[in-house]
Amino acid sequence: MNALGLYNYWIVILLMMTGFYVVISSGNLVKKIIGLNLFQASVFILYISLGKVAGGSPPIIREDISLYSNPLPHVLILTAIVVGVATTALGLALVVRIKEAYNTVEEDEIHQQDESL
Amino acid sequence: MILAQLPVLQVIVPLISAPLCLLVRRGQAAWIIAFSASAVSFVVAALLLDRVLQDGIISYYFGGWAAPWGIEYRVDVVNAFVLIMVTAISTIVLFFANVSVREEIDDKKQPLFYTSWLLCLTGLLGMAITGDAFNLFVFLEISSLSSYVLIAFGADRRALTAAYQYLVMGTIGATFILIGVGLLYMMTATLNLDDLAHRLPGVMTTRTVQTALAFLVVGISLKLALFPLHLWLPNSYAFAPSVVTAFLAATATKVALYVLLRFLFTVFGATFAFEVMPLGIIFVVLGSVAVLSASVVAIFQDDLKRMLAYSSVAQVGYMVLGVSMSSVAGLTASILHLFNHALMKGGLFLALGCVAYQMGTVRLGSLAGAGYRIPWTMGAFLVGGLSLIGVPLTAGFISKWFIVRAAIERGWWLILIVVIIGSLLAMIYVWRVLEMAYLRRSADLPDLVIREAPLTLLCPTWLLIGANIYFGIDTSFTVRIAERAASVLMVQL
Repeated sequence: MNALGLYNYWIVILLMMTGFYVVISSGNLVKKIIGLNLFQASVFILYISLGKVAGGSPPIIREDISLYSNPLPHVLILTAIVVGVATTALGLALVVRIKEAYNTVEEDEIHQQDESL
Repeated sequence: MILAQLPVLQVIVPLISAPLCLLVRRGQAAWIIAFSASAVSFVVAALLLDRVLQDGIISYYFGGWAAPWGIEYRVDVVNAFVLIMVTAISTIVLFFANVSVREEIDDKKQPLFYTSWLLCLTGLLGMAITGDAFNLFVFLEISSLSSYVLIAFGADRRALTAAYQYLVMGTIGATFILIGVGLLYMMTATLNLDDLAHRLPGVMTTRTVQTALAFLVVGISLKLALFPLHLWLPNSYAFAPSVVTAFLAATATKVALYVLLRFLFTVFGATFAFEVMPLGIIFVVLGSVAVLSASVVAIFQDDLKRMLAYSSVAQVGYMVLGVSMSSVAGLTASILHLFNHALMKGGLFLALGCVAYQMGTVRLGSLAGAGYRIPWTMGAFLVGGLSLIGVPLTAGFISKWFIVRAAIERGWWLILIVVIIGSLLAMIYVWRVLEMAYLRRSADLPDLVIREAPLTLLCPTWLLIGANIYFGIDTSFTVRIAERAASVLMVQL
């Protein structure tokens, strides 16, 4: 299999690095959460990709099919998606509380307010 | 009959009790539920430890599905020890919480607080008891998400930013663990930790497995707060409510250390992790830097909770030094310190909780002359501090002694120097507090009457502090179990 044939893994790496970069570089707390979400989404694709068996059909039993894709990673990643949704929700809820307390969602402004105490 | 169900009861009891706390809607009732659930978990953990010490490994198959297919809970000496430590600390700190939480947290939010507490406990116990890699990730996220909520309960608004920062870093760590587990599944088609251990040797040389190890170690190190991935910890501990700091400081990083041990020694095997991959030298360097740098930073902190938080980073360094030796003696030291440090930090943070309850602040300056005004609270801090330094007849001495012994056995003299310098630095930051409390008189506030904290706060504090002295003198229980745990970890494969 050549490098191009593994294109979904390239997408995983691209998404992961994009998400990671947003988390690190952005000063906006909402954008950070979105970046984190992207970062997690890349891992979902990683799991979904590794469940695919070349030439395999969806894992529903039929008589004329002998090769199936592996359904387990897909089931696992459903759980991880739920975890991701919970994380995003909690993160955004925290941002709402931070906005109420500081009246801003910009990281540097929050630092300024804390240091002027 | 019920004895056969012990492993699942360990996790189910706090899990079921969590929504109950939410339903009762009254702080006091929620506390009763949380405390009883935690106490029951402690009894279950004690029974499990007793059975494990007699019979060896207990396996529990969910729904009767045999191991590699179904989810397995697997208890051996190592995690039985972690389970009993986590449940004991949770129960003692919850006893303290009744009065302390009423002071620090709004009445309406108390049921939510105890719900999050029980979920966090569920997650920590689940991480320790499970024998399934993906299950471990789910429990890790349960404990992490609820601990972000617990930290955000802090009264200071900086608790919110601390929780947010922890959420971002914690999620990255957990996602790294998820990637690592995915890569392992890719190569072995199994998620059962024991099964992984048997199948991995065949594919050990592939780059995928090596990458999996790297992702797992980095992810777990984030949760463990190993230097330089500890940045979330000081603020989280400093601004969380007193009881949350005591609970998390004593349990969360310890369970992460257990997970690290489990993956490195049981799943990958010491040979692969420390001889094929260069983890030994990485851990030695990071552990030493953690001990030295975090101790130095701790000296300059004015907020005592933050000072102890940096000291926690340093203590994690000691544990990782023990791991890096990858010998029975080193692991014994690590596991022993895991237990003893939970006692020290739990006791110290509870003592600070008493201070916060009476004075409303834990800044160094406010403690002037406190040693005479609140002698029992500061006495607890004194003994806990001595244990942190590693003075003989305290638990801290025992764990430092074992680390030093393991280092000498390996002939790593530099580690010996690191431990000695680390202890001297600990002496400085503990001394700053004691000097303020015992040698300075508060001249500016002569009228201010500060009374001793109520007995409901002092009893649990002194229970943990007393345990420091007890386990510093009678080491037969802890050392015996730590040695057995270490040999279990080293023997497997």
